[in-house]
Parts: sequence; structure tokens; C-alpha cells
Amino acid sequence: MDSHSFTFCATRCVARPSGALHLPDHDTLCVSDLHLGKSDRIARRSGVMLPPYEIHETLEKLETDIHATAPQTLICLGDSFDDPDAAHSLPDDMRLWLTKLQAGRKWIWIEGNHDPGPMDIGGTHLAHIAIGTLTFRHIATDTPAEVSGHYHPKHRVAGRSRPAFLYDQSRMVLPAYGAYTGGLSSDAPDLRRLFGPHPIAVLTGKKAVAVPITENPPPPRVRGRSS
Amino acid sequence: MTALPPIFQTWFSTRGWDIHPHQQAMLDRADAPALLLIAPTGGGKTLAGFLPTLAALADGQHRGLHTLYISPLKALAADIKRNLRTPVDDMNLPIRIEDRTGDTSYTQKRRQRADPPHILLTTPESLALLTSYEDAPRIFKGLKRIIVDEIHALAESKRGDQLMLALSRLQTLAPDLRRVGLSATVEDPAAIARTLARHPDPCEIINADPGPAPDIAMLTTDARPPWTGGGAKYAIPAVLEQVRQHKTTLIFHNTRAQAEIFFHNLWLANTDDLPIGIHHGSLAREQRERVEAAMVAGHLRAIVCTGSLDLGIDWGDVDLVIQIGAPKNVKRLVQRIGRANHRYNAPSKALLVPANRFEVVECVAALEAVKAHDLDGDPQGPGPRDVLCQHILITACAGPFDANDLFNEVTAVGAYSALTRAAFDDCLDFCATGGYALRAYDKWKRLLQTADGKWQLRDPRAAQRIRMNIGTIQDTDTLKVRLKGGFKPLGEVEESFAATLTQGDTFLIGGQVVCYERLREMTVEVTRRADKTPRIATFMGTKFANSTQLSQRILRMLQQDSWPELPAHTADWLGLQRQFSKLPQADRILVESFPHEGRHHICVYGFAGRNAMQTLGMLLTQRMEEMNLHPLGFVATDYATLIWGLDPVTDPAPLFRAPDLRAGFTQWLSGNAVMKRTFRGAATIAGLIERNLPQARKTGRQAAFSSDILYDTLAKYDPDHLMLQITREEAMRGLVDFGRIEEMLARSAGRVDHMILDRVTPLAAPLFLEVGRVALAGAAQDRLLEEAALQLMTAAGVSAL
Repeated sequence: MDSHSFTFCATRCVARPSGALHLPDHDTLCVSDLHLGKSDRIARRSGVMLPPYEIHETLEKLETDIHATAPQTLICLGDSFDDPDAAHSLPDDMRLWLTKLQAGRKWIWIEGNHDPGPMDIGGTHLAHIAIGTLTFRHIATDTPAEVSGHYHPKHRVAGRSRPAFLYDQSRMVLPAYGAYTGGLSSDAPDLRRLFGPHPIAVLTGKKAVAVPITENPPPPRVRGRSS
Repeated sequence: MTALPPIFQTWFSTRGWDIHPHQQAMLDRADAPALLLIAPTGGGKTLAGFLPTLAALADGQHRGLHTLYISPLKALAADIKRNLRTPVDDMNLPIRIEDRTGDTSYTQKRRQRADPPHILLTTPESLALLTSYEDAPRIFKGLKRIIVDEIHALAESKRGDQLMLALSRLQTLAPDLRRVGLSATVEDPAAIARTLARHPDPCEIINADPGPAPDIAMLTTDARPPWTGGGAKYAIPAVLEQVRQHKTTLIFHNTRAQAEIFFHNLWLANTDDLPIGIHHGSLAREQRERVEAAMVAGHLRAIVCTGSLDLGIDWGDVDLVIQIGAPKNVKRLVQRIGRANHRYNAPSKALLVPANRFEVVECVAALEAVKAHDLDGDPQGPGPRDVLCQHILITACAGPFDANDLFNEVTAVGAYSALTRAAFDDCLDFCATGGYALRAYDKWKRLLQTADGKWQLRDPRAAQRIRMNIGTIQDTDTLKVRLKGGFKPLGEVEESFAATLTQGDTFLIGGQVVCYERLREMTVEVTRRADKTPRIATFMGTKFANSTQLSQRILRMLQQDSWPELPAHTADWLGLQRQFSKLPQADRILVESFPHEGRHHICVYGFAGRNAMQTLGMLLTQRMEEMNLHPLGFVATDYATLIWGLDPVTDPAPLFRAPDLRAGFTQWLSGNAVMKRTFRGAATIAGLIERNLPQARKTGRQAAFSSDILYDTLAKYDPDHLMLQITREEAMRGLVDFGRIEEMLARSAGRVDHMILDRVTPLAAPLFLEVGRVALAGAAQDRLLEEAALQLMTAAGVSAL
């Protein structure tokens, strides 16, 4: 099994290597920070034209996760679109693809700071949603048993930094799922202060790998093999 | 013969000088459209370049810019300004001379555009920036001459290509512009002349008297060079003794990190408190300027430096150059030695200090090459297209342009003379639309075509961002280093280096040991910690590959029965290698296997130069990965590649089968780290990745995502995209250098000798301390990551989670 299964606030969770969170008991899949349309927004604002394949790349990944888990509910945990214009100017073929992915399941857009308010696209738009014992919203608050996104956490183990889930007893932050997204290191104060003394990081990649984060992490190095 | 104006003749004679024949020749041919002067350092090269300008401006009739002087270094521009002031002030000439570099103040730059001086001293990047302004036609209208100093150094890099494109632009703005190139001794002057002249015009070459041959030797020390390492710490007492015996010594290093370590050790041993400074590109500008000023004032007995001091700066009384570490390239060595001793008729004096035993061999081979006047050099390829893309964007910043005119201008540059219209149009399309197979940016094109067919920026505000990213120098992202509570930066380190630091780690910068405290607003905060041993600073300096010619000389030397020309310690070392293993031969590939620290190692002696040996490391580890040998990483030097992994290699010969290597190469080329690094460089130059943004960079890295993602996306969805074409082309001749692997395969023709040994061999030992180890992201990495994670989970008592 390449995913990492664990129990979070009495709910069975599976952190998938892709960065998606699966709740098998609730038939729910959750992905955060897709940032669809990021290259379009960058072109509009700066003139720099990045390879325009990120929506394709992100939807392809999402399609794989959907096929593997067949969820009844899909939650996009905010910043699904890089800005409201991006949702509006989604190319037709990508819009069609998204509609196909939405077919036959409940699709929830949680609003994020990049995409506040409803958009011209199918699905339910909510500020937050409760599933079982858990609350899903874009930016972490003080609510216990909360799953959020927004920070794009990354964690470094054995010299390699990868997007990562972070969680402790009461809070979980999901990695960014979108193709063109950077990351914030797990030791950044903004991120670190959300958690108690012993959070766990689940690194994404070929396999989901869980590691504990300590207060003053000793550098977990594989002896001198990374330059 | 063109006579100098009387005032100049008087000036020369009051100083007791005669005009050098090559200076007179330059004056005589002042009207030549293109002229290249080859002269040794100290031959009055710069004055030769400027004399016609000074003579033409002496009557005070010229208004506006007359002569542009381009140098590869900011420091050189400042230095020339100082030197040029002497004759101008002495003769009271009505000539305004100013420099303009990245360090010039904003107000000064504004003023220079409104009211240009007669002589402007600048760098290729600052010139490119000037040509991007809407008022460029007005600034350059009366321009008569352009002097490109140290053109041999520029011609080898993309900076030279960018400069020549800018020059072609200037030629359009100022049609009677005359081009003058000043060059040190090079192996192929005609090639430099072709890059200088407007294609296909001829370019006359003037050769100055080369002067006496340099007095160059290897420093002999009582202490033996170590088996490994690049610091040459063993030589410190001998180097200090040389500093004592000379007026001013320049101590050159190949990398900044080595310069720092050497300087640190030199100070620890400097019991006489000789004034010694350090100068390299990672130091803060104030620090560098202080050292430069102290040097010019004659207050320093020695400067520990890198290539940032490499080019024709007139440091006055330098009477000795010491090169620490093997010079890698004979031509550069000869030019570097030219720094010493600016007295024209005295031989330059230089000492080579090998940093380890292998470098003793390299130094002796280099000395023989110098004696034989055997300069090395590789022919230049066609003009790089990423630089052309940037040039197109720069042109668009200055205003609407016609594609045909621009194409004609570009192909008038020697390096771009063979550029096809289709290739040019691809670059233009890339700048305008991104050039993707998927036409996604119809609404947000960067360049639009106006009704009259001219091209212009869609959003004129984009010009600011383009200007901020002008240049082709690939500096990696750096962070300023500052003492906690202090204001002045100590210098800069690479972001990737800073990322490896944790609180309490110590490193060297500006000759002091500092301790990492924290990263704050993109500044590394440190405290002084003189008591601790520094961790090696891994900020980069340029690493050069050994030239083919030098590698061949070394291989020939290794095959001698004995080595009377080598010091006994090194000859004995080679003897030991012969006794315990074998010495590498040009017509065979030697592979050694041995265990070390619980890992299986193989060492491959290919002598193909650092870049090709790096590529070979990539290819061999890829094949080992396929064979489930779990390679973990490798490191390459000019002569060998060392690979380590979890499983032993029992039969290396099949690894070197040429067809398999070539097939692997094609497959490998699309997905490897070198390609990604090369892509990053090309994409940055071409304007796909912005190094500098209008607002200051944010703390943390959430905003930025890795260029690797762009590379992977293009490779997957748009493999024929222009950026990938450029990346492949460049990787082939630069960092990948597959050509030299082919050369190695041809000379060895499948003859592989495998030596199975129980420990590290004498010749392999130095590789263990090489920096630049490449860790592989293969199955072994995942296995180790999982093992490390499991250990951590178990240790934390949470493995059940």
C-alpha cells in the first residue's frame, strides 16, 4: 500500500501519495489548493507565459485519484482557482473534463483567499463543511478537529523536501495539490505555530511516508550523501 | 603615419615614454570599421585603445557620447576611469569620462541618459539595459567608437553574444560606429576578430610584441601536498614566505569557498601580521571596494582572490602571481599570469601550488604546455537562442520594431550569421506567444503586432520587469549574510547553501568564522564564532573542465616508467597506484571496485573533463539503476567518476557498450538534473523565469515554485518546445559534453580493465573530498528515506501511527 492510513480525531484517514486525503468511511476525497489557471493569471499580470499545461496536469492527477477511490463526495479545499477570472476563463476542453469528473458525485468548492465567493461552475460553494467529526475549511482557525489547506506545507527528510500533510491531535493541513504550486517549509513559524509539540508530517511522492516533527528537529540526514 | 596632436607628444615626452608601435598602429588605423589588438598585459593595451578617442576629442568640438568602453568587470570599468583620468587631467583635455555599472546610483544613471559623457565606461549588461530605453536612439546618435576590452574573455560566454547583439543595434543607431577589440594572447585571434566585426566584413588584427616569456614554476614545499582536498593548507608557510619576499602577491583560487578557507588558514599562520586581503564575488561590495582601494594605495602585501580579480585590472606593483590548485586550462593560466608585473619588458613571475597529489601531475603537465606555447581552446558554437530571445524582448522595450530589420541586425553578428529566418521566427514567436504547441495565450500575448506590422509589448508596463531581468550571468539565488544586530552585509551565500544550515552551524565568509542564527526576511543572520571550526562553505565559484589537450598530456605522463620531473612524493604515489592497482591509459578504461564506509564504490578513470565525467556518472548510474544495483550517488572530477551504491558491480564492461550508452543518453537527457539546471539557465535568460521581481522577494518559498516543474511539464506535454531545444543543444556542448564521452569511447574501443580491491586506491582517494556530489532520486533513495522515516518513527515511539 503506497498510502498512509491513520486515525485523526476518531475519523479513519488515508493520505494518498498524490496529496489527496481520502476518508473511506465517508466516501469522501479532499484536495486542496489546485490553483487552476495560475499560468493564465501570471501571463495576464506579468507577460510571462508559462507552459500552459498545468490545468491538464492537475486534472489528470485528480482523475487518477477519483478512479482509485470512487468518492461520493469530493471537497476542493479552497484556492481551487488562482483567481475568479481564472475560473471564468477555463478553456472549454478543461471545463468539460471537470464536468465529467463531477458527474455522479457531490462536489464541494470550499472558498479560499484566491477564489472567494461563488463561481460560474457546477458544484456547491461553501465557506466550510463538516463531515463526520471533522470540519473542512481553507485557512486554519482555532476549531478543533479541523482540516485546512492554504499554507502549501513541505517537509524535508533525508535531504529531500516534498509537499506534505501535517497533523497532530486536533488539526490537519493538506499539501497543495495543483501542478504549479510552491511550498512552505514545515518549520516556518506561520505553519509551525498551528501545531502542538509533536506533529506528524506525511511526505507525498511515489509513496506517502510519515515522519514525526520534533520541536528542534535534528537534521535527519543520510550520512553525507546529499551535497 | 598619423601624428599625435602636439599636446600628446609633449605629454609622452615629459613622462619619458615613447609611443609603442602597436599604439601607433591603432592610431593609424583609427578609421578601420573593426580592429582587433592582441597584446600582453602591461603593454599599454588600454591606452592604445583610447588614444584615437582622446586625440579626436582633444579639440572639444564633439557633443554627446563619442566612445563606449565595455569591460567584463565592474571593477575594471572603475579602474580604467581612474587610469584614463591621468592623461586627461595632465593635458587638461575637455573630456568627460564616466562609468555606468550595476553599482552606479539611480540619479547618476538618469543624468547620464539625459546628458551622456564623451566617454562612457560600462559592462555588457548595463549597455543592454541602455539599449532598452525609448531614448536609446538619442543617447547613441553621435557614437563614434566602441572599445571592447578583454574581448577574449567575453567571446567565450553568452555575455559576449549579448554584447555583440547590442553592438549590432548600436551600429543601426550610429552607422559610422568603429569597433575596437582588445585581447590577451589567444589560440585563435581570427575567431575573435570574426565575432567583433560586422558580419561578413573583415577585421584587421594588430599584434603587439608579446614580451618576454613568463617565469613560471611549481612551488616546492618541505611539506607534502595531501592526498586529497583542494585547500592547499600544507603550502601556507611556503606561500607566506613568498609573500614576504615580494612586494605584492596575488593568490588565485579556482573557487570562492577555497579562497575563504585558504585566507582563514593564512591568517592563522600570519604571525608577522602582513597586511593580506581577500576579494571574491560573494563578498559585499563595500568589502571588495575597501580591498581594491587598499591594494591600489599599496597597503596590501597580498590578496587572496578568485576570477573576480582575473581580468586586466591594473593593480600596480604586483610582482608575483600564485595559482592555488591546478589551472585546468593552459590559456587561462597564461592570461592570469599576465596580471603580474605590469612592467612591459620584464617577465611575469608566477608559481603554481598544487592542492593535492593529483594536481601536482596536472601542474607539471600545464607547465610543459606553457613552455611549448600549446594554448588550448574549443571552437565556439553558433549564437545561443536564449540570448536572442532576451535581445528580442530588450528591443521591444525600446519601442515597436520591424521583424525584418531585426533579423538583418541579428544576422550581422558573427555568431548569428548562420541563423535561419525560421529559427529567428521561432524565437520571436516564443517572445510573443510563449511558442507552445497549445496556443493558450491569445488574450495575453507578450508582444503584439500593430496595424503596420511592427511588434510591440502588449502591456508597456512589462518593460520594467524585462529590464530588471537583463543579463546572461547565471548567478544562483543568493542571500545576504549579516551580523545579528548589524547593518552592513558581510557578503552573500547561495540560497541552497543557506537551506542546509541549522542554528549553530558555522561557516566562513569574508575571512571570519560565523555561526548561523536564523533566516530573517531573506537575510542570513549570523554571530561571530572565532572559536569554532568552520563547516566548509559550499557557495560556488566557477568550476572549469580540464581541457582535452591538458588531459592528453596528463595521460601521456602517467604512462612513463618513472617521473623524474615530479616531486618524489607524487612519483611515489603514482608508483603505489601502479603497485596496488593500475595507472589509467588513454586507450583503455580503468574501473576500480572497492568497499568504503559500508557502501560499494566504483571509480571510473575516463579523463574526459569534469563535465563529461559528470554525464558519464549520470549514464552509468542510470544503467546501474536498471540493473537493480541501487546506486546512491556519484561525484566527478576531470579525470574520474566515483559511484557508490548499495550493491556491488561485478562486471563493469557491459556498462560501457557504446550503443547502450548512446541510447541511455537520449532517454536520460530528458529527465536529469543537469538538464533541469541547464533549462533553468536558458529559461531565465529567455525571459520565461524572472530572477528579479518588482517587489522585494517574500520570506519563505510559498510564492515560488521550482523551475523543475516547468521543465517536467514541458518535457511531458511539449517536448519540441524552443526552450527544450535550447536546453538540449546547450547541455550537449556545455555541462553534458557528450562529445568528450564519445571521444573516450573511441580511444578505448571497449577495452575495460576491472580491478577488484579491498580498499580505496591511491588515485581514487581524492574523489572522496570532492564537493558537488550528486544524490540520485532512484529506488535506493526511496529505500533510505523509508528506512530513515521508520527509524525516526520508532525512536519517537509513534511507529504505530
